[in-house]
Order: sequence, then structure tokens, then C-alpha cells
Amino acid sequence: MAKVPVDARVVDSCREIAANIADDVQRFIEGHTTVGVERTTARAYGVEGLDDQGAPLVNVLVDRCHAQGLLSHGIALFLGGALANGAPSVNDAAERLAYGRDWGPLPSDTGGAKKALIAHTRDAILRIDAARDQREATKAKFPAARTPLKYVIVATGNIYDDALQAKAAGFAGADIVAVIRATAQSLLDFVPHGPTTEGFGGTFATQENFRIVRRALDEASAAYGRYIYQTNYSSGLCMAEIAWMAAVERLDMLLNDAMYGILFRDINMCRTFVDQYVSRRIVARSGIIINTGEDNYLTTADAVEKAHTVLTSQFINEAFAKRAGLAEEQMGLGHAYEINPRIEDSFLLEIAQAQLIRQIFDRHPLKWMPPTKHKTGDIFQSHVHDAMFNLVGVATGQSIELLGMFSEAIHNPLLMDRYLSLKSAEYIFNTARHLGDEIEWKRGGIVETRARQVLSEAHDLLREVERESIWEAVAKGAFADVKRKRDGGKGFAGVVAKGPTYLNPFVDALEKGKG
Amino acid sequence: MHPTEPKLVTAYGDREGDGMVQMSFVLPLPPSAKAREGAKRFAEAHGLTEPLVTTMEEAAAGYTYFVVYGRSSHSIDISRLEVSELETHTLTHDEIEERVAKRLGRRIVVVGACTGSDAHTVGIDAVLNYKGYAGDKGLESYKCFEAHNLGAQVENVELAARACALKADAILVSQVVTQRNCHKDNANALVELLRAQNHRDKVLLLLGGPRIDHKLALELGFDAGFGPGTKPSDVANFLVQRLCGEETASGRPLAPSKG
Repeated sequence: MAKVPVDARVVDSCREIAANIADDVQRFIEGHTTVGVERTTARAYGVEGLDDQGAPLVNVLVDRCHAQGLLSHGIALFLGGALANGAPSVNDAAERLAYGRDWGPLPSDTGGAKKALIAHTRDAILRIDAARDQREATKAKFPAARTPLKYVIVATGNIYDDALQAKAAGFAGADIVAVIRATAQSLLDFVPHGPTTEGFGGTFATQENFRIVRRALDEASAAYGRYIYQTNYSSGLCMAEIAWMAAVERLDMLLNDAMYGILFRDINMCRTFVDQYVSRRIVARSGIIINTGEDNYLTTADAVEKAHTVLTSQFINEAFAKRAGLAEEQMGLGHAYEINPRIEDSFLLEIAQAQLIRQIFDRHPLKWMPPTKHKTGDIFQSHVHDAMFNLVGVATGQSIELLGMFSEAIHNPLLMDRYLSLKSAEYIFNTARHLGDEIEWKRGGIVETRARQVLSEAHDLLREVERESIWEAVAKGAFADVKRKRDGGKGFAGVVAKGPTYLNPFVDALEKGKG
Repeated sequence: MHPTEPKLVTAYGDREGDGMVQMSFVLPLPPSAKAREGAKRFAEAHGLTEPLVTTMEEAAAGYTYFVVYGRSSHSIDISRLEVSELETHTLTHDEIEERVAKRLGRRIVVVGACTGSDAHTVGIDAVLNYKGYAGDKGLESYKCFEAHNLGAQVENVELAARACALKADAILVSQVVTQRNCHKDNANALVELLRAQNHRDKVLLLLGGPRIDHKLALELGFDAGFGPGTKPSDVANFLVQRLCGEETASGRPLAPSKG
């Protein structure tokens, strides 16, 4: 591969600093839970359905718990208690708690609740494992796809149209199909229910919608003789709940980032850190590959000046992911081709960064994102711009490539746009398949110099973040030029310190790992 | 320049009046000789003569992608067109600062947001934030603007309340998501809200986004619309011209200085 010089000592130091940064936050995470985490736990135990107003039962249940000031004990304690007191099922226990009398004095002994949950905890874990096994068995039927995997999005708003478009994308050569979520779903503090046919900017992520697209992609896989990956978004106020839904409905990838919600959706920091941890515990168990969102930094901040913030964040995302039990092979760290194309030699700067990240994160299924910021309505120029992006992707061995669309900045991709994008990517990947193996960069040239500079700046920024703590660094706008306060943003009211009797055998089982 | 002489124009390929046009589209048919003929007729129905189907490829099962060249049989008399075009006399960054300092003697307060469900802040950020876009610095970089970027998914009610509280001279609304015309409904709802609050006349309303143009913005009750390619300095110039420029075509008087 066309390697750039990477100083292993600097990389090791970056990882050590990132570990310290994450450990600081991890102490906070371990002492706290959120309404999102508790709803996820209830779902994992089998609580489902809606009340007569259409609110998910898990929301009614957990909100009632929180309103009584009891969330610090964990919803599992109450579900287990109701089971121990004769509720015939977890769902029945949830209904009694959600609609019955106030929860009264707490049991002084939690042994009964714990005992009542043992079998249910085992079932909850088995359900995730069964989906993982089924995914692996299905995948094994097909030849492994060549990287970069070609990733496209569909976004009609109607899940049935999405399913059609997903199959069309499979026909045209896509390896991965993501259904873009309805705008603003990340700010909903509940997960909508059932199949949905209306949504602005995309389609709601619901458990039923996951099933519909999985079925379509299984059919497409069989028809075209290629495994086609399904992707959705574990982000926003319900990141853990959606991770669980994705795990049991056999999704392959999830957009999941330790800091994206904080920076780009103004979701509270404490909330996001706790939620991302539990979501990633589920992801780790299920074998899903996450895609992190560092590409977004470069859509707000300048891609030349702030390139190192991407690398810095990747080290931090990696450290958080490790603390949640993810294997490197599950960490699709994100980066992007967003430098102003009018800058002389910008192509060289892009290739330097892409190669640097490939070498530093050598086992990670890196997610390579296309140009968007400098796209205009000139579709012909846009198609050429994407071609250059594809060339860097294949030459530097990126793993997952979200294909650029020539109609970027105009509309959600049309069938034709996606077809032409896939056709062009296939051409470039094939025609330049071993380009990277054939190149050596000029000593001290533009590419080498840029790679050194970015790593060195990332190291400096990591030290700065460590000195200030991530809480302060984010407050000062270290990432994406966006500033967020520790107690600001959405969802802060849903964060609670765990009490001494806090109970969550589901998360405990995830933390124990496989076996 | 009157009365106007007709001036007919048609598309230009490589000779005056040849009407050369390229179009590409998908038909919900598998590729076949009949589908090719269908594409040709489809192009003819759009006024292309001698259409040449240069590409026919199956883009999805049962869907075919075509590229067609042809000569348009249409022409347009542009002398009869009336288009409201935003004409801003372009002042430089320094000239803007000077103009506002001299004529207004205070800062121009601007409040911007992506409203409704819209979470795409790229446009509003480019116009308001210091960084700007493509080397053209945002309104925050001017001493003469006090720019408040409320960010994404701001409700109209909240935007109006903040604008009122800050005594904003102008409200910038960015609408990127256009599915089922929600951008129009959202934008129009803000105008209605401000009217109901008797605040519409006290503030300039600007609308921006990839599917926005000046004409549409006027129709929706805004004062100006900014489409793709708008630079922060275009917006700055418009604001300065309206708030402390010469009298404009709309006859809007100079804004009174606020105490």
C-alpha cells in the first residue's frame, strides 16, 4: 500500500491519552443511568406495545418510575419485584406498574426480584445471540464482498417504497443499504411503533420498519448472490433502544457515535455518554458494525485546518468503544473527503489523511464519506468530484464507502442517481484496484508532510482535551467548532445517578461478555 | 429600450438556434426495442425533434435509464419576461461596516434558524457563523452585525419570540428539507404568526435554501429569497441596502434607529 510514515510512538501516546479521556467519562457513566437505558432494559426483558394514546408501554412505565423519583433503583428492580409478586409475564408486570397503584414502599430485600429475573435475563441475551448467529449463517452463504463496500442510502419517507428502492440498489450493485431516518427523529424521546409511511427527509426507525427492510434485503441477497447489509441510526435520545431493536432484527451496521448527538443535535453530554455506552454494549454482543460520525466535523469546520480533529475524535471514539466491549473489527470509524476542491493539491491532502487513518486503524472497517459541503447543483461537476473521492477510497483501502451522489445538494437520491453512482464507483474500484500497492510517496513530499502534520496536531489536541477533560473541551468548541455545556442540551432531565440498590442484570450480563 | 422588440431564444448546442438539449430519465420498463422507442416518443412529447437515444441501461429490475439528445422545437421570447430579481449593489466588507456605522449608528441584529423539523444547518451556519463559506466570511465576522444563530429544529413560535426579545432587524430562515413542500408551509406559518403578533412590519424576513428563490420567497410573504450559491456577503449587502441604503424599488423607507 502507498504508505505514509506513521510514528508508532506518537500513535501509542495518542491511544494512551484517549484512554485517560475516556476513563474520566467512564467513571461518570458507571454511576448513572438514563430513561433511555431503562426503556432499553424493559424492551430487552420483553416489554412491548402501546397504551391507548399510542405511547410505547416502555415510556409510560419508565416515566412513571422517574416521576416517583425511583429511577435510581433501575426499572429491573420493579419488574423483578412484580414478577416475584406473581405477575405471570414481564409484559404483565410492566402493565401493572404502568397503570396500577403507586409503587409504594420499596422491598427491603431485593433477592426476590433478582431471582425472578434470572431466566428472563438469559432469554434476553439468547435473543440477541440468536439474531447474531442467524446473520452469520446467512452471510456465510455468500462470497465475501470486496472492499470498499458500496454503501447507498434510501430515503422516501414510506417504508414500503424504501424496501423497493433498497432492492433496486441491490440490483445496481450496492453492498450496504441505509434507510435515512425522518428528520428530527433523533430528538424524539421515544421510538415510534409499527410500519410508517409518512416522514420528512426520511423514514422513521421502528422495529417493524427494520423487519420490512431486512426481509427485502434478504430477498435481494438471494436474488443477486451477494449479502446485502442493512444499516440504520443508533443516535439521538433513543440510541440504546434502537441498538437493541437493530440487534434483535438482524441489522448489520448502525451509525453510532460517542459525541455526534452532543455536537450536532444538541443532546445533553451526560445523557449521550451514558446512552452510547449501553448502546455499544448491545452492539458488541450482537456483532453489529458501528459507523462513527467524524465526517460531520468537516461539514461545519474547515476540512484543511480541522483535519486533525477527525483523527482526535477517532481515537476517543475508539477508546469509548473499547470500554463498551467492541472489537476493532466492529469499529467503522468515520472520515470524509470534504476539502474545498478549488484548493491546489487538495487531492493530495485527502489521500494523505485517508492513508494515515487506514494505517493507524488497521483492523477497523473504516467508513469513508463523500464530498457534500462543496457540492452545488452542477451535477456533471459533482460526478467528477465523486470520482476523485472514489479513487482515494480504493487507493487507500477504505472498508465502507458511502457513495457520493451527483444530485447532492439538490434532492434525496433518485433511482437513476444511485444507479450512476454505483456504476461509476464500480468502474473506478476496478480500474484502480491495485493502485495503492504500486505507489510510493515521495520522501518529504506533500503527502508525507501532510500525514505527519495531521498526526502531530491530533496528538496536541488530545493532550489539550486530556488537560481540560472532554466536558470542558466540548464546551470550548474543540470539535466541529460547536460549543455545548455539560448541563445544556436536550434530555438532561432523563439522567439519574444510580442508587446503592440499582439493579440491571441485563446490562450486567452484557458486561460479562460472551460465554 | 421600449416598446420591447421580441427576442426569441432557444438552447444553444454549437450553432445559433440549433436547440440542442440533453435529457436523462428512467422509465418503469425493462430495456427493449419497444422501451427505446418509448424513450424516443417521450422525448418528442417534450418538444425534442430528431431525438437520439444514446444510452439505454437497466438501472433496476424493470426500470431503464436513458440518455437522449434532441433539438428543442421551442423557443422563448425573453423580452416578454418579467422576473423579480434581487439586485444588490455589492459593497465590500469594509464599505458595509462604514455604511452601517455612518447611517445607522448601531449594529444590525439578525436572528437565524432552521425551522420546524429541519436539522440541516449547513446553510444558516455558512451565512451566520464567523467561518462563512468559500472564503466569504459570515455575518459574525462583521462588527456591524449582531448575529444570533439559533440552530436546528427551532419552532416558529420560539423564533418569533427570540426575534422580538432581541429587537431583531431581520430574521433568516433556512429550509433545506423540502419533502412534500414542508419548507413552504413552515415558512408561510412564520409569516402568519408574525402578522398575528403585529410584528411583521418591524422585521425583515429572509428565506434561504437549495430550493428557494427570490420569487418563491416573495410569494410566501418574505422580503427576499436566497438560493443555492448564496454567499454571506450577498445577505449582508441585502440587509444593508434595505436597512440603510438608498430607497429601494419596493419603496421601503429607511429603518428608524432603535433606542
